[in-house]
Amino acid sequence: MNIAVCVKEVPSATSAKRLDPSTYRLDRSGDSELNPFDVHGLEEAIKLREAGHEVEEIVAVCMGRENAQRPLQKALALGADRVVLLTDPALAGSDISGTAYALATVLEKQNADLVILGQQASDADCYVMAAAVADHLRRPLVTQVASLSLEGGTLRAKRQTEHGYDVIEATLPAVISVSDAINTPRLPSIKAIMGAKKKPTDQVSAADAGIDPSRVGEGGAKSVVRSVSPPPAKQEGRRIEDTGGDSAGAIVEFLAERGVI
Amino acid sequence: MTLGYDLSDQHAQLRETVRAFAEGQLAPVAEELDREGRFPAELVQAAAELGLLGIPLPESAGGSGFDTVAYAIAIEELARVDSSFAITVAAHTSLGTMPIHLFGSEQQKARWLDDLASGRGLGAFGLTEVGAGSDAGATRTTARLDGGEWVIDGSKMFITNAGTPLSKLVTITARTGPDEVSNIVVENGTAGYDQSQPLKKMGWRSSDTRELTFTGCRVPEQNLLGPRGEGFRQFLEILDGGRISVAALGLGMAQGAFEMGLSYAKQREQFGRPIGSFQAIQFKLADIATEVEAARNLVYKAAWLKDQGRAFAQQAAIAKLYTGELARRACNESLQIHGGYGFMDEYPISRFYRDAKVLEIGEGTNEVQRLVIARGLGL
Repeated sequence: MNIAVCVKEVPSATSAKRLDPSTYRLDRSGDSELNPFDVHGLEEAIKLREAGHEVEEIVAVCMGRENAQRPLQKALALGADRVVLLTDPALAGSDISGTAYALATVLEKQNADLVILGQQASDADCYVMAAAVADHLRRPLVTQVASLSLEGGTLRAKRQTEHGYDVIEATLPAVISVSDAINTPRLPSIKAIMGAKKKPTDQVSAADAGIDPSRVGEGGAKSVVRSVSPPPAKQEGRRIEDTGGDSAGAIVEFLAERGVI
Repeated sequence: MTLGYDLSDQHAQLRETVRAFAEGQLAPVAEELDREGRFPAELVQAAAELGLLGIPLPESAGGSGFDTVAYAIAIEELARVDSSFAITVAAHTSLGTMPIHLFGSEQQKARWLDDLASGRGLGAFGLTEVGAGSDAGATRTTARLDGGEWVIDGSKMFITNAGTPLSKLVTITARTGPDEVSNIVVENGTAGYDQSQPLKKMGWRSSDTRELTFTGCRVPEQNLLGPRGEGFRQFLEILDGGRISVAALGLGMAQGAFEMGLSYAKQREQFGRPIGSFQAIQFKLADIATEVEAARNLVYKAAWLKDQGRAFAQQAAIAKLYTGELARRACNESLQIHGGYGFMDEYPISRFYRDAKVLEIGEGTNEVQRLVIARGLGL
């Protein structure tokens, strides 16, 4: 079987995040890294191979800037056999819908039995890309997967919910998004880092991939950003002083007022 | 346009991997290892799996096939968290493995190099003796040929990595004639080769340091490394390369001490405000930041020169001298910023302070370093 893992270049955790006031797009001029949630996806693909499933190829698929090389080198060092980088000025400004369409178009050509995404990207935090990609591919979807096993052509996924776990079976080909609880990614060895240079990176344009230009980029976006504003300032906390054993009651009342308990 | 300061993608990733290893696996146990004076064999094996024990050795020899710059970055990152661990890796690579790699015959490499470069076994280098420190040529250990074997008698002092559960061999300098020094490999487990208990130390307490004794110790004649009588020239070449890694170690310690001081200065309040808002503290940190930046340029340039196949000995000696003194200064100032808390064991800066001193002594004292540099100036 073949596995495709969607990976994204995101601003590094240590760089300040900033929206460009003229385009309302994220300023990506600072240091970047591989989306940490995608690392869990790559690790899970490698674990499936190590568990004895006949994984012929693990391909990392990325839509992003041409200079996304460093994060993609990391994907290769972590264990992807090959990278496909979809990059084209026409794609800049794509919204969730356009990005999902573009990724799905590239993924269709990869013959992947299983498509894995991280549950979210640390820059946009939208959580819905896996669902949107699965919809375009017309494939079953399981999100927030915290534990995964495969048997024959069926995957069995334990899914984290607010109230516990769902266990869901789906037949391949399928799409999943993995939570960061699914595994502890290993560090790439120095040899793997050096070996990544020798692995193939296919760079494709929107036209190469057969993407309809009217459905992507700012022009193809279905959502429009009208304005942006900073998040509201955090409200000051309330300090409850214990004056003779009444603090527990006051805390309970405080939480009850807000519907927390 | 040949001058550039960008690290390659591979160098940047190596730094990321080593930093994650150091912060994730070393940092949580460094204080305990220091307190107990315990050699962390299990962490050395974990580092070996990542390829950290043979970074500049070719892949064909079992190493990671990377370069000296990468090796320096790795040692810097380890020392930023725990310099005991960093010296274990540096001594193994530069002193334990390099003699075999540089001077070994094909048979010797086939026998030992793969185990060393992959980190399955640790290598040591035995040069210093009780009466031969800075005067390294004053070796009194002898080796004489007898029936196709070298018979070795003598002792070595302050040797790193010779007595750990992973230790595989030591390369020693020995007198093979009246005016003749040669390098000979002695495998651990050879009869007549003994290691003392670990020596008690002020710093680097979780690295393995011992006295070695050789009593009628017999090894095959083929254990001679390179031509007979070349020992002096060989160990000088080994020390030249080793200085780059020790310089990287001093750089990493200074960087670590700086970060701890900066973080403490922002968080510690006195007189109603963070102490970092006082110029007395700001100037200390500004000075360390300046010197760390200078040190990094010295170290990386020495490593780069070596990778380019150019003369690097002078630059390596300059980098080693500067970073050794800087590490002590930076740890002292950072501890001063920490005040009384810095004197307590629970703050890592106290360990850094004790560890830093040896960088002005080990692998060439400050004074020897100045001699080497002065000679390089033609004086």
